[in-house]
Formats: sequence, structure tokens, C-alpha cells
Amino acid sequence: MKIPSRLSLAAVVLVALAACGKKEPEPAPAPAPAPAPAPAPTPPPAPKPEPVKTGPTPEELAAAAARTTAEVLAELGSVVHFDFDKSDIRPGEDTWMLDRKAAILSANGGLRIRVSGHCDERGSDEYNLALGNRRANAVKNYLASKGISADRVEIVSYGEERPVAPGHDEDSWAQNRRAEVEATAGAMNLRKP
Amino acid sequence: MSLPPRAARPGLVLSLLLVTTALAAQDPVIPDGVRIGIEYRPGVRPAVVLLPGNGIDSIREIVARDLDFSDRFDLVHLPADAAAGASLGGVTPNHALLRTLGADFAVELRPDGSKVIVRVHEVATGAPRREQTVQLPAPFDLGFRMAVHRVSDEIVRWITGTAGYAASQLLFIVDRRLYRVDSDGAGFTTLSPAGEEVLSPTWSPDGGRIAFTRFGAGVGAVIVQGGAGARSVLAGTTTALNITPAFSPDGKLVAYAHANEEGTHIFIADAVQNCCPQRLTAGRYADNLSPTFSPDGRRVAFVSTRAGPPQIYVMGLDGTEQELLAPFDYGVTGSSNAPEWSPDGATVAFHRDVNRAPQIFVVDVASRRVRQLSSAGRNEDPTWAPDGRHLAFVSNRSGRRQLWVIDMVTGRIRQLTFVGDVRLPAWSRRMAGPASLVHSAP
Repeated sequence: MKIPSRLSLAAVVLVALAACGKKEPEPAPAPAPAPAPAPAPTPPPAPKPEPVKTGPTPEELAAAAARTTAEVLAELGSVVHFDFDKSDIRPGEDTWMLDRKAAILSANGGLRIRVSGHCDERGSDEYNLALGNRRANAVKNYLASKGISADRVEIVSYGEERPVAPGHDEDSWAQNRRAEVEATAGAMNLRKP
Repeated sequence: MSLPPRAARPGLVLSLLLVTTALAAQDPVIPDGVRIGIEYRPGVRPAVVLLPGNGIDSIREIVARDLDFSDRFDLVHLPADAAAGASLGGVTPNHALLRTLGADFAVELRPDGSKVIVRVHEVATGAPRREQTVQLPAPFDLGFRMAVHRVSDEIVRWITGTAGYAASQLLFIVDRRLYRVDSDGAGFTTLSPAGEEVLSPTWSPDGGRIAFTRFGAGVGAVIVQGGAGARSVLAGTTTALNITPAFSPDGKLVAYAHANEEGTHIFIADAVQNCCPQRLTAGRYADNLSPTFSPDGRRVAFVSTRAGPPQIYVMGLDGTEQELLAPFDYGVTGSSNAPEWSPDGATVAFHRDVNRAPQIFVVDVASRRVRQLSSAGRNEDPTWAPDGRHLAFVSNRSGRRQLWVIDMVTGRIRQLTFVGDVRLPAWSRRMAGPASLVHSAP
């Protein structure tokens, strides 16, 4: 389930790369609005348009809003991966994902997140807790470079204590070297960027 | 069941050692500048016989094992001959017979009412060397085994001048739960309640307290726990992730690593007043963790990523004079972690990756010479026995990760635990008395 979506993301990135030549892939569907009042910390206006006489029912609108929120949360929760014993954000798929997360945070000023850093089982147990902390910090710093205020991003580290892949092979290790993002507040009625 | 003559035995031992050395020498991954091997000084191991006797077999059995695990003696095993046993263990030991068996010392344990007379004889002169009458707790009493271990450690001291390490215990983690075991593998006990996650356990120098990380949801406090199980959260560790606590030699300070947005840094707090955390390391982009005190309490060795991969550094107690402790070749030498200063202060044990598998190393503090001690499988997280010549470490050489004990002098290795997947061991100093340490309240 994860793999196909990651593959399709990779495909998008490849297309973008092909299109842009050597340029960095732009965050594909970036709205790039005019230099409007930046991503000001305006609270998210409730996405409840005035009920139109012949439009969808309130129930349908609520369902649509819930669907949108779920989609935004799913995108927010996509997992960033790392190289062995590294905490650098890898250019490409991961920066693309993080740019989208930054856009989501910009579009939803009340949203707060927790980033958790994780490691594969190979490193020293205690060092891995520090490495996981550094990975979570790398995500936080990247989001900060995109204008996301530090006080909206909490970081924690699980070291190697919470593997998602149980194997003892390269593929499992690669999946376990990761940072996960979850919403901790303001995750109701989210808007797409 | 008869032994080869005494004269033949040193050769046997030596040939076994040569086999071990040859196996180690086959390892193709030894980095330059690292000498593998164990220094074996033949001729310094006295031959000791534990005299048989009536009663107190449980005590004699524990002492026999302790003397064996001390690795300081050639143990003379008596023929299973009741007559010979009786003649040896009579009112006065048969020194002539003991001499023919090649024994240098004879250890006598004799019940005396509720007490036990402990006596060491010099076989050559036929004279008693030392004697002490001890009151032991009743068998199955909480403190019984540890009291017997203290007798063993005294016997070792009487003969060699240096006490044994039997009266000590190890903490370790299985599935993030805290366990304890005696140095001889007995007394396996669960110390933390189910559902609680524990990492990085460590002992206070007197064995009366422990400290560890109580982990949960990606954060964790350093908990200091007293002998009766009472707990407190160490000052400065109520937020973020706090790991790798270590007591100072006087038991008053606890150093630990605090991980947050500024990286991972070493702090030191007053564990008596439970106050006043002070930061010892700086630098925004380096991780610093796993502090370990020198026995004089003046220096702290630790892990730092200031030059890239984690390596072993040392600093003064005030954070000054930070410098590299275990030399490495940048881009060549593997990561180094989990330092622990030896009880005599001369060396620091740690593990270092060799072809991505951790191996046990020691660095000589004065010369900075690095020596590799293991090469088979994964070997990590070394912790010193109180005698400063034995190390326990985690190894997967038998399949699962278990605790093993190595004697640095002879190279003899024994498996200590036989449970789950063991990690993060911490060996106590010698124990003065029994401590419960079981935390019952949630």
C-alpha cells in the first residue's frame, strides 16, 4: 500500500525532473499565489460555504470536509527516510514531501505537529536515540526554512525502539530509518494548500 | 576423572590459548594499529584446592564456582574418593597428599554452630595463612548468596592480594524491561513493572541506588531509585529525552545526556539535593552522550559526533579540556560507542564498529593505545566487573544477544544469561549488603 504511493510520487518527481532538466523539482502542485499576506498565522476559516439552495446538503458538506481533512492528514503523515547513520534530508522525494507538509502547515495556521525520529537496529542502542533526535530535528529545521514557526513543531526520538519493518535486512533497515509526522493539535477541518 | 599431572597442565592451558589466538588471527578485518589478543602471563596462577567436608555443601558449591570464575587459580579437583576426601578434610588437612596433588593453597570451610570458619592453608609450609569466622544468613534468605560471595572475594584477596568480584550484580534490559542477575548467573530478578519501558540502567557506586531512563512516547526522564524501591525524577530531566545516566564515584552526582532541538548534550546534576543541572558540552550540531566517570571523579569520558561518526572523547568535570580519547582514522575507523571507565582508572572499554559489526575494545588512558578484544559475531556494551579484569558484554555468538563475561588476562569467556534478547548491561561494584531494588508501586 505504501510502496505504490511512494512509487507514484517518485514517478511525479521523475517527470518533474525530466521537465526541469537540472533544476530542483518544484513542489509540483504548488499554488504559488501572488505575494499575498504570506502564510500568516490566520486561524483556518471554517470551510463551510453558505448553504446554497440547490447545492449539497450540510451532511454532504461535512463529509466532504472530513474527506479533505483525512487526505491532508495522510499527506502530512507521509514518512521521510534517511541514509545509514545520517540525518540529512535527501533531495528529491523527501524534500518534495516536506515542501508539501510545509504548505499544509502554512495553509492551516492552527495545526501543530510532532516529528519522531527513528533508526534501524544496527547502530548502538543509545546512540540511536541521539540519532533519532537529530533526524527529527532535521525535519523541524527544514520546515523552519520554509517559514514554519518552531513552536508548532515538537520533536521526539524513538531510536531503534519502534521498527516498522521487523526484518534484519537492507530493505527493512531502509524502511526503519525514518521520521514520522503526526498532528497534535488543530487537526480539524484542514484545508488543502 | 583423574587429572593430568600438574606439570602437564600449564602446557595444556597454553595450547588451548594458542588455539584461541590462532582463531582470532584468522579474522580478516583487523584494522591497522590495533593489536588483537589477551596478555597471558604464565606461572602466576596458584593451584588451589577446596577441601571437602561435612555439611554446608550449598556454601561450598557457591565458593567453588566463585573461585573458578575468578580466573586467578588453577583449581585442583580431588578424585571422587571418599577415603581421600576424608583424609584431606579431616581435623588437619593432609598437606603431604595435597602437595602430591600440586596444590599451593587449600581452602577449608567448616561449620561451627550457626557460623562458618573460613581458613586458607599454605600447602608448602603446612601453616594456616588466614582464618575468619563468619555469620551467614540462613540459606534462602535474601542476603545469603551475596554473603557467601563476599566470603569468596575475601578468600581470593587472602591468596592473591586482590579481592574477587563475586559479590556483585548486573542490571540489564530485555524488551525494555529491567532485570538483575548475580555475577555467577544466579538470582535472576525482574526489577521494573510490566508496561514500563526502561533503558540505560546504571548503579550507584555502593550498589544502594540505581538510575535509568524511563522511556515513553519518544521522551524519557532519568529516574533515580533507592534500595527500597522509592523513586525520584532527576532534576533537569522532566522534559525531552534524557538518556545514559552515570553516577559519580562519590555517588553525589549523576551525569546524563539531554536530547532536544539543540542536539544531545551532557549535563551533570546533584543527585543528593536533586537540583542544579549544568551543561558540560557545547556545539549545536554535535551529539554528546554516554558519560562515564574516572574513578577519581575528575574526568568524564563520553561519546561525541563532533568529528562526524561517534567516537570516544574525554573532558574535565567542569566541561573543560575536551579532547579525543580513543584515536581513530577519519573515514576509516568505524563508530565507537558505550564507553565505561575501568575501576582502576587505567583503561576505558567501549565498542567500535569493524565492518559494521561492533567489537569490544579498550583504550589505555595514559598511552591512548587501542586494543581489540573480540572478533566473533557482534559484541557490544562492555561493562567492568569490580575487579577491573573481567568485562561483561552483549554478544550474539550463541545466536541471540546474551551477556558474556571475559577475563582480560586469560581470555576465558563464559555465558552469563540465557534469556530473551539482552542489552545495555551495567555491572555493580562490590556489594556491602543486600538490596531489594524491586519497585513494586506502579
